Amino acid sequence: MQPIISVSHLSKTYATGFKALKDINLDIRKGEIFALLGPNGAGKTTLISIICGIVNPSEGSVVADGHDIIKDYRAARSRIGLVPQELTTDAFETVWATVSFSRGLFGKPKNPVHIEKVLRELSLWDKKDSKIITLSGGMKRRVMIAKALSHEPQILFLDEPTAGVDVELRRDMWEVVRSLRDTGVTIILTTHYIEEAEQMADRIGVINQGEIILVEEKAELMRKLGKKQLTLQLQGVLETIPGALEKHGLELSQDGDELTYTYDTQQERTGITTLLRDLNEAGIRFRDLQTKQNSLEEIFVSLVREQRS
Amino acid sequence: MNFYAIRAIYLFEMARTWRTLLQSIVSPVISTSLYFVVFGSAIGSHMKEIGGVSYGSFIVPGLIMLSLLTQSISNASFGIYFPKFVGTIYELLSAPVSSLEIVVSYVGAAATKSIILGLIILATAALFVPLHIEHPLWMMLFLVLTAVTFSLFGFLIGIWADGFEKLQLVPLLIVTPLTFLGGSFYSIDMLPPFWQKVTLFNPVLYLVSGFRWSFYGVADVNIGISLAMTLAFLAACLVAVWWIFKTGWRIKV
Ligand SMILES: Nc1ncnc2c1ncn2[C@@H]1O[C@H](COP(=O)(O)OP(=O)(O)O)[C@@H](O)[C@H]1O
Ligand SMILES: [Mg+2]
Repeated sequence: MQPIISVSHLSKTYATGFKALKDINLDIRKGEIFALLGPNGAGKTTLISIICGIVNPSEGSVVADGHDIIKDYRAARSRIGLVPQELTTDAFETVWATVSFSRGLFGKPKNPVHIEKVLRELSLWDKKDSKIITLSGGMKRRVMIAKALSHEPQILFLDEPTAGVDVELRRDMWEVVRSLRDTGVTIILTTHYIEEAEQMADRIGVINQGEIILVEEKAELMRKLGKKQLTLQLQGVLETIPGALEKHGLELSQDGDELTYTYDTQQERTGITTLLRDLNEAGIRFRDLQTKQNSLEEIFVSLVREQRS
Repeated sequence: MNFYAIRAIYLFEMARTWRTLLQSIVSPVISTSLYFVVFGSAIGSHMKEIGGVSYGSFIVPGLIMLSLLTQSISNASFGIYFPKFVGTIYELLSAPVSSLEIVVSYVGAAATKSIILGLIILATAALFVPLHIEHPLWMMLFLVLTAVTFSLFGFLIGIWADGFEKLQLVPLLIVTPLTFLGGSFYSIDMLPPFWQKVTLFNPVLYLVSGFRWSFYGVADVNIGISLAMTLAFLAACLVAVWWIFKTGWRIKV
């Protein structure tokens, strides 16, 4: 299937001479939730801003739903909704007025039914006549999401959507994102919170210092790069790890009743069978065991470290 | 053309006007009234008629021009500068609107506001002095042309400005002096010959003179020259806007 967004050889050098993006190539599939993951300053906002028309690219091109974002900017932009990172709203307009304004700006005729639906979904309906300046930060962010959804975009960008957002809003937001995805909207979000990408995304792209390090199905990424940990709860208590088990690199918990074994799922042999045999031979019995997948956080840290070295 | 966008921006800007009614309409009306009290009544009573027009009536077109110029510039410059300042410009930049549509809607709204204001001042003036308008259509033409031209000029300032100081600078240092020295409150016949020549370099003179002609049929300079100068300034602003958009939108990095 043709990608809904296709970024090719995109570079950005700011007026300061700083190279914020270096030859980015990226395809976004129609209907997916794509998480762009990277530390602060990686270039996430720059990339999104170029696609949305806020920042001029230095080199390369972007095609959105078959339309070049520069030559055919009207068609491209009318399909895109953006919730920017910074909380910037009007102040003295009402919620209803500002959201309706956005719809008009994006070239759509008035549609109070749609605006009402969006406001209700974002729990903004009873605030529709309030001036924005009277709203809390969380409510203002909802307003920004409502503005981005006002013109029924096919592609939605969320730049750090949950930075500084309370739990309730985060939950509401994910619900909205999922229901949007169910209606076929493609969602691209940036985050430096791993859990967010882990919970929400279908695919994850990792960006660092202006370069895409990798793009992977989330599950595949977890599988490929995830180290797993096997934790054994012992029946007795160990003072030290017996010499015969040294080669497994086990870790003994402080109170001596848990052993942790780390293994790599990428390896052909995980070493679990040998470990269990050796434990048995050493006469160590256990009550229970769990395995735990590494979080993306750990994956990410090791990826970035790899890139640096 | 994205007409929905033009309408949205235009109505948004006009809503700002109604919201700030006091500041946008009432304060110019009050300051104009003060001009009438000071120049029209206090000083004007000691002035002789100019070209058969009482001094109080004589200054009306100049006063309207003064407000029209300063208000057009400040409305239009603020209208585009403010979104840049608070960051809401992101939405405008990411919207499917062309530069032309942006200019038309912002400048249109600013000009509308100044025209309304000009007419309000005219009505206020009618309370103080006898007024008659010899060429009402020309009067409206000059009003609209001036409002549009200086709203364009204000728009340019709003794009150029990267701080509130710059936003104030041009109106304060250039436009207000030019207006005062452009024959708003006197006929250039009253100046010594040398200064008459200098004044001819002041573009505002032509606006005020043409506008006054539409009221009383008397002018410092030929009406044709006035119209030509007004159109020339409009053309200059259009070229500047075109150049800005051609060489790159200053607010986009
Ligand atoms: N207008 C600008 N001029 C110069 N450098 C900029 C500008 N905007 C961003 N940068 C720099 O580009 C890099 C990437 O920024 P950004 O895209 O905002 O990163 P992220 O969103 O991943 O945190 C940062 O080092 C930032 O300082
Ligand atoms: Mg960012």
